[in-house]
Amino acid sequence: MEFMDTLLLSRIQFAANISFHILFPTVTIALAWVLVFFKWRYNRTGDQDWMRAYFFWVKVFALSFALGVVSGITMSFQFGTNWPGFMESVGNIAGPLLAYEIITAFFLEAVFLGIMLFGFRKVPGWLHTFATVAVAVGTLLSAFWILVLNSWMHTPQGFEMRDGVAHVTSWMEIVFNPSMPYRLAHMLIASGLTVAFIITGISALRWLMRDRSDELRKTMRVGVWLAALLIPVQILLGDMHGLNTLEHQPAKVAAMEANWETGPNVPLVLFALPDQEARENRFALSIPNGASLILKHSTDGVVPGLNDFVTEDGQVLHPPVAPVFWAFRIMVGIGFAMLALSWAAAFAMRRGRGIEGLPRPLIWLFVPMALSGWVATLAGWYTTEIGRQPWLVHGVLTTEAAVGDVPPAMVMSTLIAYLIVYAVLIVAYVAVVIYLARKQAQGHEPEPGGNDAGRREVNPIPAE
Amino acid sequence: MTLFGDPTIWLPLAFAALMGFSILVYVILDGYDLGVGLLFPFATPKERDRMVASIGPFWDANETWLVLAVGLLLVAFPLAHGVILTALYLPVAIMLIGLILRGVSFEFRVKAPAPHKWAWNSAFFVGSLMTAAAQGWMLGLYVMGLEYTAVNVAFGAASAVFLSLGYALIGAAWLILKTDGDLQRKAVAWARRSLWGVGLGIAAISAATPLMSPRIWDKWFTMPEFFLLAPLPILSVMLLAVLWFSLRRLPTADDHFAWLPFTATIGLMVLAFVGLAYSFYPYVVPDRMTIYEAAAAPGSLFIMLIGVLFVVPVIIAYSALAYWVFRGKATELRYD
Ligand code: HDD
Ligand code: HEM
Ligand code: HEM
Repeated sequence: MEFMDTLLLSRIQFAANISFHILFPTVTIALAWVLVFFKWRYNRTGDQDWMRAYFFWVKVFALSFALGVVSGITMSFQFGTNWPGFMESVGNIAGPLLAYEIITAFFLEAVFLGIMLFGFRKVPGWLHTFATVAVAVGTLLSAFWILVLNSWMHTPQGFEMRDGVAHVTSWMEIVFNPSMPYRLAHMLIASGLTVAFIITGISALRWLMRDRSDELRKTMRVGVWLAALLIPVQILLGDMHGLNTLEHQPAKVAAMEANWETGPNVPLVLFALPDQEARENRFALSIPNGASLILKHSTDGVVPGLNDFVTEDGQVLHPPVAPVFWAFRIMVGIGFAMLALSWAAAFAMRRGRGIEGLPRPLIWLFVPMALSGWVATLAGWYTTEIGRQPWLVHGVLTTEAAVGDVPPAMVMSTLIAYLIVYAVLIVAYVAVVIYLARKQAQGHEPEPGGNDAGRREVNPIPAE
Repeated sequence: MTLFGDPTIWLPLAFAALMGFSILVYVILDGYDLGVGLLFPFATPKERDRMVASIGPFWDANETWLVLAVGLLLVAFPLAHGVILTALYLPVAIMLIGLILRGVSFEFRVKAPAPHKWAWNSAFFVGSLMTAAAQGWMLGLYVMGLEYTAVNVAFGAASAVFLSLGYALIGAAWLILKTDGDLQRKAVAWARRSLWGVGLGIAAISAATPLMSPRIWDKWFTMPEFFLLAPLPILSVMLLAVLWFSLRRLPTADDHFAWLPFTATIGLMVLAFVGLAYSFYPYVVPDRMTIYEAAAAPGSLFIMLIGVLFVVPVIIAYSALAYWVFRGKATELRYD
């Protein structure tokens, strides 16, 4: 099979690995802070419900964290096994950023995780709270460093090329590259939303399983408010992110909007099948002047078109249109669905009516929406990353130039192995989270012990 | 930057030392928790829970040393990084899948419905075995110069077996330290059995490297190096003897000396590592690429060095805190 070359297979493999990996950081980054919040509420009020909420969600956290760690280790080997050209050409920049992520973030998380998970009875209360905060800070730091690197790959600056190798001229410019603040903020809030909808989804599920505990009412309220507060911010940030991209990567925005010709009064395409061969949209349904209005804030604003990114001799320098176009629409669609659902729920729950105030269909809706954050996050990354093609580092290094010289059969076989493992794990993850929810709903929750109860006792009973 | 002379000389050297340090720490730390996984099939279900409890709070931090080691390879020696990892493509993938299987099993085996527990227990063992064997295989191939000839493949297979036995030894030694009663007695027996393989393995690798490479032969068997290096093999033999005798006496009535096998095994690993490092210096890809040829730009190395020098002591400090919090015999792991 000629088209299944090493490049294509390596891209699929990278996409599979990173997509699997990002699911779990998305959960752990924000869930860590939600746990800090629960712990803080408990420290302030002494209300055992907050600790019960902590102990339930810390299980989900531990599970997600383990999956995040092991898939992250895979990521760090990917650069060498599949993309040696990446490090050879931009290693002087990517290297230190990755190194700082490892030494400032990964060790912090990994070491304090043990105390956070299993130390509640072994250490004083303040140290346990501290460990929880340390883990949360660690996840935040690691998101920061990796997103600095990723943003730099989209909007590179602060370096010069000598003999095909990038050399640093300014670390400030590299770290604070133009797309970094937007991408970091957008990703962190994406994580917050994902967690908010997982919390509301699982809580709704427990409610439907007849769990009526006060702990459940409290977590549901936290989840709904978190979602309702974050989603408008996310939409606003998304808009600013897009305007920033328009400035630095116009070809990506042209693909997101499926706009072929540069010009004023560009319509906003709601639905279409972009046809790259014919270079036009089929079955387009659009709002006149919409894209000009959103991107330039005036109906006759000039919006870049894809045809500008084809050279005289027919070389295509813009990304594949349909995947970028569709991924973007999925993300934005989910964003508005989140807005509608969370505001409706917040409105219904107002004035202390709590979860009882929610109409049953709304409770049902929350259950499938538990996965909406994941879908939107992946869709967002696909927009961003496919939108950068054919570049790996925008304007500096093409993806093609970075791929390693490994026989396709080898890449293919490892790809299949990864896909099987990932499929099994994702099913197991979702099943186990639901199983934990059912156990909790049936009142199997362990009574939280005091800080000093059972210190250093030796009893080899099954671990949980 | 010119403080210590030419930075293109001392920076790569400093990073090679740092990378060596993290590989060594990784092999010791993840070695014991992989070893515990390798011993899983020989334990009863109750003992397995206790075994996992002894490593539960530590395994994640232990694996982070692997991330640091490969990270340093990637960032300090970008050219070698590609050469080594593409040559070891398949074993790396096997190791990664092994690490995935065992890492998730820690969580799944206690959170999944009870009837599924056996499956995650098996995944834990299989993952540990895949990881240990793949690492041994990679070590063997690396020693032989990363070329797939019949001899090298045989050597790789042998070193896969030896490294797995080494991990089993340090895993058993860890269990002697962290458990008591029947499990501790069993751990002593496990350690005794793996010790044989480890002795054999060290001998085989020590004999093979100088025989395969004239360069390494010259490094060891010339005067006065020969005498300066003599402590390495002598100390190794002494440590093997210490292990042999202590394992015949343990466990003692009041649990004295439960720490001895673990410490002695660490000593052995350090000596073996120093020997290997000496043989290969200054090469990062054996006989092909030196650390100086493979190094990244001095400016980038320098900015990393600053970070590493500040942060690594902090990492060691809070790792020490974690070991102190979970000191003593392993107890049941609970969130609440
Ligand atoms: C926005 C966030 C984000 C993104 C884009 C990535 N990661 Fe990640 N990563 C995390 C956020 C994160 C995290 C939240 O910090 C994790 C999840 C669980 C954990 O331990 O830390 C993590 C874990 C994690 C680990 C395991 C750390 C450990 O042993 O504790 C490694 C090696 C990587 N990542 C490497 C990568 C690489 C090479 C990436 C890109 C190519 C990448 N991650 C993308
Ligand atoms: C975590 C969220 C991320 C997701 C979901 C994601 C997803 C993707 C996808 C789908 C592609 C394939 C594009 C294509 O080939 O058409 C890709 C490409 C790529 N991305 Fe990302 N990415 C993420 C973050 C990152 C980060 C943080 C880095 C670097 C530090 C990175 C580096 C790359 C590289 C090297 C490629 C080129 C290989 C390829 O084309 O597959 N990505 N990514
Ligand atoms: C409805 C309003 C939204 C708008 C207008 C919006 C806008 C954008 C834009 C323009 C990009 C591409 C950035 C680039 O050019 O590189 C992007 C990426 C992304 N979006 Fe959104 N977004 C919205 C909602 C969401 C939601 C609800 C989530 C997840 C819960 C999300 C998660 C992401 C992620 C993870 C990325 C990739 C990382 C990045 O580049 O920031 N977005 N978004």
